[in-house]
Amino acid sequence: MPALLKQLSRKLGMMPFGFHGGVELDQRKLTGAMAIEDCSLSPVLILPMKQHIGEACTPLVHVGDYVKRGQKIARAEGYVAAPVHASASGKVVKIEEHRIAHPSGMGLPCIFIEPDGDNTSETLEPWPDWAERDPGELRERIRMCGLVGLGGAVFPTFIKLVRDRRNAVETVILNGIECEPYLTTDHRMMLEHADEIVAGLAIIRHMVAAREVVIAVEDNKPDAVEMMRKAVVAANIDDVRVAVLPTRYPQGSEKQLIQAVTGREVPAGKLPVHIGVLCQNVATVQAVYHAVCHGRALTERVVTVSGEALPRPGNLRIRFGTPVRFVLAERGLEDPGNVQIIHGGPMMGERLRNLEVPVVKATNGLLAIDEQQMSSMQTSEQPCIRCGHCSEVCPVMLVPNLLADHCRNDEFARAEDYQLFDCIECGCCSYVCPSTIPLVHYFRYGKGQLAQIRRSEAFAEESRLRSEAREKRLEREKQAKAARRSRVRETHVSDGPEHVDAAGKETS
Amino acid sequence: MPMISSPHIHNGDSIRLTMLTVVLALLPATAAAVYLFGWLAFLSISTAVFSCVLTEALCLHWMGRSTHAALDGSAALTGLLLALTLPASLPWWMVVLGSVFAIVLGKQVYGGLGYNLFNPALAARVILLISFPLNMTTWLVPMSAAAVPLDLYDFQLCLAFFLHGPEVLGQTLDAVTMASPLGHVKTEWTRGVGVQEALASYHYSYLNAFLGSEAGSMGETSALALLIGGIYLLARHTITWHIPFSYLATVLLLAAVFNALDPSHFAPPMFHLLAGGLILCAFFMATDPVSSPVTPAGQLVFGVGCGVLTWCIRSFGGYPEGAMFAVVLMNCAVPLIDHYCRPRVYGHGADE
Repeated sequence: MPALLKQLSRKLGMMPFGFHGGVELDQRKLTGAMAIEDCSLSPVLILPMKQHIGEACTPLVHVGDYVKRGQKIARAEGYVAAPVHASASGKVVKIEEHRIAHPSGMGLPCIFIEPDGDNTSETLEPWPDWAERDPGELRERIRMCGLVGLGGAVFPTFIKLVRDRRNAVETVILNGIECEPYLTTDHRMMLEHADEIVAGLAIIRHMVAAREVVIAVEDNKPDAVEMMRKAVVAANIDDVRVAVLPTRYPQGSEKQLIQAVTGREVPAGKLPVHIGVLCQNVATVQAVYHAVCHGRALTERVVTVSGEALPRPGNLRIRFGTPVRFVLAERGLEDPGNVQIIHGGPMMGERLRNLEVPVVKATNGLLAIDEQQMSSMQTSEQPCIRCGHCSEVCPVMLVPNLLADHCRNDEFARAEDYQLFDCIECGCCSYVCPSTIPLVHYFRYGKGQLAQIRRSEAFAEESRLRSEAREKRLEREKQAKAARRSRVRETHVSDGPEHVDAAGKETS
Repeated sequence: MPMISSPHIHNGDSIRLTMLTVVLALLPATAAAVYLFGWLAFLSISTAVFSCVLTEALCLHWMGRSTHAALDGSAALTGLLLALTLPASLPWWMVVLGSVFAIVLGKQVYGGLGYNLFNPALAARVILLISFPLNMTTWLVPMSAAAVPLDLYDFQLCLAFFLHGPEVLGQTLDAVTMASPLGHVKTEWTRGVGVQEALASYHYSYLNAFLGSEAGSMGETSALALLIGGIYLLARHTITWHIPFSYLATVLLLAAVFNALDPSHFAPPMFHLLAGGLILCAFFMATDPVSSPVTPAGQLVFGVGCGVLTWCIRSFGGYPEGAMFAVVLMNCAVPLIDHYCRPRVYGHGADE
């Protein structure tokens, strides 16, 4: 009955769709009013060979080579991949493994560039006439420019920008939600580059032939809403609307945003395109504009450098490869001491243990927060009192406390039955847990273990098939041999009489 | 060991805060108990709270755990809840025994906080009722000031009564005790008297039952005080509406339907609502997070189950009051309910 009422009120336009659960967070947007500035050039840039979801790249340059800004220095391997470009002109000084921001603390091969400061850059041919060009051509351009989703997921952008008759895109959603506390990059981008974003949207719409475009912004950014509206009017394009959504975390998560805007769910195991929706982040759309209209590869991004422990917070345009320590020092934090540095937002970001890691395509924030402020550090895990707050806030409607029990007890089959892999790791459950249980941590552990189990199962299955195939082959060969032999014998037998005769004649 | 894993911020909620909120919500009922049953209520409640915390600390100490957890508020809450379900006339040693039952048999044998199957306070009350049926159904007349032989507002007398039992009074308690409305109705029914006549002979008044001046357990008589606390808990979001609503609605619905069919056998819905421990159970006992289902759908099932059992025990059972048995019985079904009442996960079986 309540569901019916809800649907009715939505049909009448009395209520936005919304999504299940979620939490209201203290926004802490310290840098919302600060214009984007350029970060100065670091003496060394460290470019990891994998800054996207997918296969790692292969270096195309050698130590001692001179590279220009925007020059492709690593080739994408496989389909789900994005090439890496030099983010400044200079000399390649070494290619070796270096730490990156990753929970495992592991390293990746990186190309080290010493910038010469000349900023000589290399661009592709600008295509202001994109509207006359073939979508496939534009798609190849976006692929070559190394574009990935800059909201944090870093999924290669070109893959989503496809015209497919079976899965036609009806709605393009611009994700201007930015629901993580502190982060203001998308906010500033919308304020300062609204025209470029709208132009980028027009390109994307042309590519996928979408019917409508929805610019989704939360109501905590009224100025951005205003700017986007103006830009849409100025660009004079039809069927583009700005949707103002009530502020709620994690609305910026793709599946939740789609639910909030369209009222529809992305079926499990499917992609948004299967229900005719394409989501793109603000920064990605601007990068699409630059790639197409100016031929510029992705070599920098805007990062919110913030946190109460940082002397001079701000929104910085940072070249990829700039070490985190350099960025923090530039904003007045020379020695972190007791300050914790978070890569990303406070809800989904990762605590950095090594500040030599570089800023990469996934970096949307660098936060310096006092240990005291991190309540998760002060209290240890206590027994679950089954209050159910975690299920209330879970945007995918899991039962986190039971799921965590299964993960902790290594009952992975059960955890899978409780839909472990649908968890988006938004952190709402851990955020509200009165027993401060690190639920998301257990889910990551469970996912990792399950992936391991699946890998070894797949390996065992493969080995089994291989050995079975070998046995079959041996059996086949044996039979073939036997058949040949009997055939030979048969021919011998059938030929026999003559032979015998002959022989008989001979012998007789 | 600091967690490296996200999220790195927390809303500041804690077990202690949750427990303190519930204790705060019980303050109106506690105040009503002290107002209605004088110093006896004060003595019983403080004894129960103190015994529970002490037992918890001893248990934790013996198990080699940090005794710090005894002060997380959960033991104190158990003590308070237990005391509120007891008759005011109980001697001290029964109160202490009940508290020990609650903590040891109701909670620690299962592994401590978060692992108990039953609501500890209710489990202890069930054990007490079965062990001492007479004492557990002797109800003092509320607000009997300057009464012979027991003046509830005379501290010396109450203390002596609490410590040494009715012997100190020199005469039997009969003059200051009465049957509870539920007990009266049940007794009359077994004698062949219908519900309507029974209520008339009891001089039952809905207003008195709402305010709390009918006989009953210390904290159960005043529906008003309990409702204030329950609404506070709902407003603070410590509990959700699912269990109280489904529980009370089920009892009301069953009572209304059967009362309409046979008013001489089945009591009217408002009587059911205000009598006995229903409101206390619906807002404070059945909603105990540890021993109730986690999911909203499960909570609705749980509430309906509690309601059906409460009404059935009251209407057909040997005991006049069924609320606590109902909750304890439904506690057993919680793991099963939790397993079958999982929410539909995003993207699974959607309208596509």
